Amino acid sequence: MAGQVAIGSRSGLRSALPLLLPAYLWLTVAIFLPLSAMVFFSFMTELPLSGKAWSFTLDNYTAFLSQGLYPTLLLASLRLGLEVTLWCVVVGYPAAYVLAKVLKGRSREAIFLLVILPFWSNGLVRIFSWAMVLREGGILDTALNAVLPIKINIDLMYSYPAVIIGLVHSYVPYMVLTCYLTLQAIDGSLIEAGRSLGASRLQVLKRIVIPLSMPGLVAGAALIFVPVVGSFMEPRILGGRTGTFYGTVIEDQFVAVFNWPLGAALSFILLAVVLVILAVASPILRRAA
Amino acid sequence: MAGVQVSNLSRSFGAHKALDDVSIDFADGGFYALLGPSGSGKTTLLRQIAGFDFPDFGRIAIGGESVERVPIEKRRIGMVFQNYALFPNMSVADNVAFGLSVRGEPKAVIAAEVQRALDLVQLGKLGSRRPHQLSGGQRQRVALARAIVTKPRVLLLDEPLGALDKALRVDMQIELKRIQREIGITTIFVTHDQEEALTMSDRIGILRDGRLVQEGPPEEIYDRPKSEFAATFLGDANIFRGDSTGNGIRLQDGTAIAAGAGAKLAAGAKASCAVRPERIRIATDTGTPNAPNANVLRGQVSKRIFAGNNSTYFVERAGQTLKVIVQNTGAERLAEGQDVVLRWSPESTVLIAAG
Ligand SMILES: Nc1ncnc2c1ncn2[C@@H]1O[C@H](COP(=O)(O)OP(=O)(O)OP(=O)(O)O)[C@@H](O)[C@H]1O
Ligand SMILES: [Mg+2]
Repeated sequence: MAGQVAIGSRSGLRSALPLLLPAYLWLTVAIFLPLSAMVFFSFMTELPLSGKAWSFTLDNYTAFLSQGLYPTLLLASLRLGLEVTLWCVVVGYPAAYVLAKVLKGRSREAIFLLVILPFWSNGLVRIFSWAMVLREGGILDTALNAVLPIKINIDLMYSYPAVIIGLVHSYVPYMVLTCYLTLQAIDGSLIEAGRSLGASRLQVLKRIVIPLSMPGLVAGAALIFVPVVGSFMEPRILGGRTGTFYGTVIEDQFVAVFNWPLGAALSFILLAVVLVILAVASPILRRAA
Repeated sequence: MAGVQVSNLSRSFGAHKALDDVSIDFADGGFYALLGPSGSGKTTLLRQIAGFDFPDFGRIAIGGESVERVPIEKRRIGMVFQNYALFPNMSVADNVAFGLSVRGEPKAVIAAEVQRALDLVQLGKLGSRRPHQLSGGQRQRVALARAIVTKPRVLLLDEPLGALDKALRVDMQIELKRIQREIGITTIFVTHDQEEALTMSDRIGILRDGRLVQEGPPEEIYDRPKSEFAATFLGDANIFRGDSTGNGIRLQDGTAIAAGAGAKLAAGAKASCAVRPERIRIATDTGTPNAPNANVLRGQVSKRIFAGNNSTYFVERAGQTLKVIVQNTGAERLAEGQDVVLRWSPESTVLIAAG
């Protein structure tokens, strides 16, 4: 019996191989090669391309610990990632629920389009649009003062909230999409069954809908948290002086200081930390579901 | 406990009328079977009563009070869904416990009630399983346990026994009937199985294309169908079509068929007569002489199907195939190809207006 199963799965793999091959070839070329080059760089004293003499070293990694700035910034970035992820849940989950369970037909398509729109607009354009909205005398400021009787000053530009707003806007579509998919798959009769058994809407949400859509929430959170921790564009443009994060420091190493080995080492430390966090968090979240 | 009254209920999906002016009085504590072909609106009717969907017209009252503004969770209804609708994220026991736990019952009470309900549906040992680890029949029983554990006022069952094998089905029918009597709960039961409808319910309603075709006690519907549809949908019937003679019909070839006393239709109009296969006696040409007044037809046996306790004869007569069911009494069986005489009394004949 066990032998049969093994044979079955092996022949399954063999027949799947032609289908998998293009994807894995592409992944190897596009991700694995540059990534291994970066691993290599991260253990060097100098970039070999620069023509200077180089040797292997661990200094780039020890620099992270010896300079208190890096761990502090990493913590700040992790906090940023957490906050943005939470806001994405708060904004994205209800939107996904309405899309999946309330709207039908045309209106669903229209709202879907609105949600996807940030995906299709250029990242820089998106961020600079926010800059115009958030700065003093900008669109938000002017609009609010036009409506409100008292004069108030809205200047969110170059602040932590501005960074959050920009990042949430960029990343919330991931949350909407992943949650939409899992919510969509929940049979409407489950909700009706819950209600007929005496549960209020809120109780049904808490005990049936959210647990069943947990995989979407977790997937969305992972898709958002990881890139946000390493983000640099939004913090730099919308955060100004307050926008120094781990990601911007890494970017500096690559584009300003040209210390690629240090930049690479910092990136891999980030990657390791994020992987550890995901490994610890995912079973907890799964159990909660 | 409470009865359910639906009056003039209509519900359309686009141009399609899923329910069309349906009025039924589901008596308090009664067991009501809803029958009808697929797509006739049975589920739609249950959904209106449960409050999952709202009628375009008409009124629903539970326990004498209109429920128009009563939300689902306040209607105190137990529903077993056609697709079971068990919560996949919970164990069997938690599924059954759901209704009690959202009500905030103490843990010990819940545990005891859940065990009792699971024992009732013979699933006492499977409480820790997940729904996907159960067979179709077991899932149905969990759904039933979940619906009754909250002691609802009305039990809505959408083909709750459809996935069970014959033996378990009969077991569950008896169980269900016992539970229903014990707690005296008003039960509305959708089924495709006529025998189930006939044996279990004290009233039957037949739906067709969203309309209530006929309703009444099982005996009445079976013995006095008001339409060809009702006659053939609930049980088997031989249908003869012809012109009304007032208390019977005349077939195209001139043969008269008399219906029972009380049958009355304007003479000359198109009409039909329905006769149940088990009401017809079949004999060889040389058999018993005519009883006075009996309807008599001659034909030829084209096929015989032996089913143990009875046999079904298919008799060809003037291009029509008639069905006759004969109990297995050990009497001589008729061969295929044999010329036979069919006799039945007018009292076994129902006159139906065409249309
Ligand atoms: N939400 C809906 N939208 C559109 N049409 C619907 C909807 N619900 C039901 N219908 C239509 O209404 C009619 C009645 O459906 P219903 O589910 O009540 O049938 P049913 O008698 O329960 O059939 P079955 O025995 O197959 O379960 C069908 O023609 C169905 O296609
Ligand atoms: Mg149905």
